Amino acid sequence: MPLDTVVNILIGGLLTGLIYGLSSLGLSVIFGVVKIVNFAHGEMMVGAMFLTLVLVRWAGFDPLMWLPLVAIVLFGFGYVLQRYLIERVAHLADYMQFLLMAAIATTLVAAYLMIFGPDDQSIQVSYSLDSYAIGPLIIDKSRVYAAIAAVAVTALLFLFFRYTLLGKAIRACGDNYMGALVVGLNVRRLYAFTFGIGAACLGAAGAIMLVLIDVQPYLGPQYTLLAFVIVIIGGLGSLPGAMLGGILIGFSEALAGIVIQPSLKSAFSFALLILVLLLRPQGLLGRRT
Amino acid sequence: MIRRLVGQANARTLWALAALLAALIAAPAFANDYVLTVLVLALYYAYTGQAWNLMLGFAGLLSIGQAMFVGLGAYAAAGLFVQFGVPPIAGVFLSIVVACIAGAIVGYLAFRFAIGGVYFALLTIAFSEFTRILIDNWAYLGGSRGLFLKVSDLRHWDLINLRGPPQMFYYILLVLTVAVFLFCRYILNSKIGYYWQAIREDEEAAQAIGIDTFRYKIYAVVISSGISGIAGTIYAFYYNNLFPETVFAISGSVDMLLGTVVGGVGTLFGPIFGALILTPLGEALTAATASVGIPGIKQFFWGLVVAAIVLVQPAGLWPLVYRGLRLGGRRMRPPPVLRGGNAVGQPAVGREEEGV
Repeated sequence: MPLDTVVNILIGGLLTGLIYGLSSLGLSVIFGVVKIVNFAHGEMMVGAMFLTLVLVRWAGFDPLMWLPLVAIVLFGFGYVLQRYLIERVAHLADYMQFLLMAAIATTLVAAYLMIFGPDDQSIQVSYSLDSYAIGPLIIDKSRVYAAIAAVAVTALLFLFFRYTLLGKAIRACGDNYMGALVVGLNVRRLYAFTFGIGAACLGAAGAIMLVLIDVQPYLGPQYTLLAFVIVIIGGLGSLPGAMLGGILIGFSEALAGIVIQPSLKSAFSFALLILVLLLRPQGLLGRRT
Repeated sequence: MIRRLVGQANARTLWALAALLAALIAAPAFANDYVLTVLVLALYYAYTGQAWNLMLGFAGLLSIGQAMFVGLGAYAAAGLFVQFGVPPIAGVFLSIVVACIAGAIVGYLAFRFAIGGVYFALLTIAFSEFTRILIDNWAYLGGSRGLFLKVSDLRHWDLINLRGPPQMFYYILLVLTVAVFLFCRYILNSKIGYYWQAIREDEEAAQAIGIDTFRYKIYAVVISSGISGIAGTIYAFYYNNLFPETVFAISGSVDMLLGTVVGGVGTLFGPIFGALILTPLGEALTAATASVGIPGIKQFFWGLVVAAIVLVQPAGLWPLVYRGLRLGGRRMRPPPVLRGGNAVGQPAVGREEEGV
């Protein structure tokens, strides 16, 4: 296989990986602070994709233009979910929270199926088939735009957690629950806010994903699983880890397409997962507890 | 041993159990073909639910990949039968071994560094998917086109080759369900059972008093997956066809735990009670909604049922019934609902007053 083809595929993998990373950030933020594994992760992202689809069909414009609105709607959904449902089971064992999320996931998939039907649905953007040619390299425009959007949202998120008072307060809750209570933080509100931010990441990722792939109700579980694999590889609760894991999985899927048959690409990701678990079980950038 | 099994239960409980067992034994005589298939399914979920309950309810380990253990058992026995003509009565041992090995691998990877319970749950799903992809691409076992067993004479009972009418499968599953119920009751009151419960309640404390938590957690996974492997053999020879897409589906794993969640996690009778209620309910729902023709309405309903149970009655329905019927006996009392903080053992936010 000629070298430029390989490089092309790898760049495609990197760009996809950035979007995977953004979506996995949503999972990692929530786990890092609220200590809940969002089992409805992929299903919520698919919800964001459907929302974007409806908006684009109704009012036109580019899916990426709708990104802020979709992120805000998902933020609200996440906030309400944590404040009024998940918080009610916070005093139970963690498997009960897991079951509640699984139940929500099942309900969401069924709701999408009832509203939108089982078929693939897509939108056409003006740049769907365009690409940039840099020397021998050919890069899809849609992938480049999607990756730029993903990087922008991720950068915003990192700045938020690093420099704003609210971001610092949320990190304080994640680091030391008791300490956060003692210094007078409203932990319950902050937890809901964190869940909202995690959901907003999913909203952004969903709006971006719609540029690249078709949407259908059963897409959710596979993206939930993908995000699990990514955050375990990167380190559960570590934000840079989620990004790194996303990029690695993007690469490994692209590589699997070259080296072995594409249907085995997720087997490649699992092999990576098992390797990480054997050699560095806390994840590449995770802290050991 | 019999005293140990029956010992602490009072007469009222024993009569209730005997009546239920008699009803279950007599049921096929009164049931038509359709009702019988529903009953077979109910017992199947009672059995697999008990295996899941052993892990979560006794040892506090949440598995969401039970379909992997069942599926591996199914493929092991069916593969031996199709490729070498080995009858399932022998093949079931391979089913058990394969399922146990899978359980040991997942347990080893998850518990090696004691990172937290969440990892185990995530790993069971990930491995279940991985196994599906593997079998999907393995032409020797049929791959994605499926593995088919020859359907032959369905009138005569052939226990060695597991060929026979649904009645036969019903009674096999009934025997297995009763056996695994007694086994769980026995093991729960043995040394290993007490160790599991200690680990479930407080792993650090269990370690501090000298329990080898790593080893006993692996035991829980291996025993549960072995029990599930047997269910796999039954599944393969009852349905006569295996597709990776359906056998290893995540929704399959969820189906196996639904009954136990509704019945009551950590109780001995919860899985049986839950499966006996939920399976007929599910079938009725399917029949009712089939005429309306809205896809997904059954799953929608299931999601709401589980969410409602978790929010309103997390201990499950069985403890309510148990108290309602005033069944007693010292050891038959259901354990209190498992309490804890969040995933990494932090105290929960607020609502501490709301004991269950």
